[in-house]
Amino acid sequence: MTRAITGTLKYTSLVVASVVTLLPLGLILFGSFKTGQEFLATNPFALPQSWTFDNYVTAFTRGDMALGFLNTVIIFVAAIAGTILIGAATAYAVDRFSFVGRGAVLNLFLLATLVPGVTTQVATFQIINGLGLYNTRWALILLFMGTDIISVYIFLQFMRAIPRSLDEAAMIEGAGHLRIFFQIILPNLKPAIATVVIIKGIGIYNEFFLPFLYLPDPDLRPISTSLFAFKGPFGSQWEIISAGVIITIVPILVLFLFLQRYIYNGFTSGATK
Amino acid sequence: MTTAPSSLQASTTAATAADGVARTARRRPGGTGGVPAWSRRLTPYLFLLVPLALLVLLTYVPVANMFWYSVTDWDGLDKVKNFVGLENYAEVFTDPDNVRVFYVSLYYFGASFVQMALALYFATILSFKVRAKNLWKGILFFPYLINGVAIGLIFLNFLQPGGGLDTVLLTAGLESLVQQWTGDPEIANFSLAAVSVWRYMGLNFVMFLGAISSISSEIYEAAEIDGATRWHQFWHIILPSIRPILGLSFILAISGALSVFEIPFVMTNGGNGTETFVIRTIWMAFNRNTVGLASAMAVVLLVIVLLVTWLQRRLVPEREVDLT
Repeated sequence: MTRAITGTLKYTSLVVASVVTLLPLGLILFGSFKTGQEFLATNPFALPQSWTFDNYVTAFTRGDMALGFLNTVIIFVAAIAGTILIGAATAYAVDRFSFVGRGAVLNLFLLATLVPGVTTQVATFQIINGLGLYNTRWALILLFMGTDIISVYIFLQFMRAIPRSLDEAAMIEGAGHLRIFFQIILPNLKPAIATVVIIKGIGIYNEFFLPFLYLPDPDLRPISTSLFAFKGPFGSQWEIISAGVIITIVPILVLFLFLQRYIYNGFTSGATK
Repeated sequence: MTTAPSSLQASTTAATAADGVARTARRRPGGTGGVPAWSRRLTPYLFLLVPLALLVLLTYVPVANMFWYSVTDWDGLDKVKNFVGLENYAEVFTDPDNVRVFYVSLYYFGASFVQMALALYFATILSFKVRAKNLWKGILFFPYLINGVAIGLIFLNFLQPGGGLDTVLLTAGLESLVQQWTGDPEIANFSLAAVSVWRYMGLNFVMFLGAISSISSEIYEAAEIDGATRWHQFWHIILPSIRPILGLSFILAISGALSVFEIPFVMTNGGNGTETFVIRTIWMAFNRNTVGLASAMAVVLLVIVLLVTWLQRRLVPEREVDLT
């Protein structure tokens, strides 16, 4: 008897939570297929009269979303390459060598995890500006690769799992440290690289604060600020804004459906460090 | 981990002591091949050069500068920065507009407890036998992956007058509950904090679920033999074993509540009494050009976050932070 009640309660709560989660998304989806007049005249729950992609075409072309995606990809590729090299190099140096100041280096990285990035932007802005990088993609690339301490920790964790005998064997054969790093350490860090690419990829794709602050130029806008710009010209055209929102969500949804397990693992391992 | 590399160091020093002259010519057995000892000693520093330079340049120098700016009247452009002592700090704590942002963060802090409770509930029920487990898990987690701007726009649409929420209430015959969800200063912060719960609950949920599923199933089996109910299992097995992650979530809740930016910025632009710490700091620094005052705000925020982290580590000593 109590089993049945708790069972019902369990599924009821799951259904309610799912409805609360999906309802706002579903209404945006309906809205994105309506005409402007239809959007204003009909109930948000009413199905669109015809499923045409006109709003999507308008959002994509007039909202410069292709450019937004391109800018996001450029920033992502450069930042992720930098993050991988930085994370792996740090992990290699700290895990495989003993040197004066090793403890201090580790503490510097640990202490930095306690400083929330948003708090320091007032002063970081002056540095980026001083380097002449304000309003260039380099500002974002540098910030994404230079302040990501979580990735350093992920690399450090995986580095410990690579047997030392591998690099020692290579050393006996006369390989230098650079060769060991690129030919033995990096290939063996593939799982760490995959984790970092997924978590950081989603992070960069969704980042709004940094591009808003450092990249005001409309030609350099990544997808977040491109979507934010919809609030201006399309201010009251909710059907166009809805289409823009759906266009932004679809790539992440596809990625999530294909890489679910890696995404869950990535976020739990990244968050607990 | 600190013991392992010392064997390498021992072999290096041994080799140096044994033969200082023909160091480069001779190969140490099992050592560094043709690499001379000085090069081996230099190598870690070379690998750390760029990572450390960026860490210092983009984290430590800004923090230090921020402290320095916070005691000046700098406008962000002037060559001269005049020392003003603690004037900026006095303004942070006395100007009612500045003090209000602390109150606003309390809405989000309160909401984060609702968020953790929901996450813990769903993580617990999904850690037992449930049909279509992955579907529920996916639905509950997905909002966390959505772009913050998109979330702001989704809820601006959902909460606007005559939008989705109002329609639901009207259909249910609850028209008395219809509100100006983001327009009424009395309610706007509750609405925005609820959106924040919608967005972040999934992350807490997946973290808790991961921690719960790492509990050995033998413990549950033993408990079941002893006749423990689900509630007992939750209270005596699940809760104690996920305490570290609850503690971590608590820190993240506080720093998260103080650094809320995207949702109120996109939805209300900080209007209707929803201005947060970060929105106000950015506005001070870049619109009003009072970098000194903005830095003082940021220093206060940083100090609060550090203080809370330190307190949490003191109060929950069993969570040993694994450094290396």
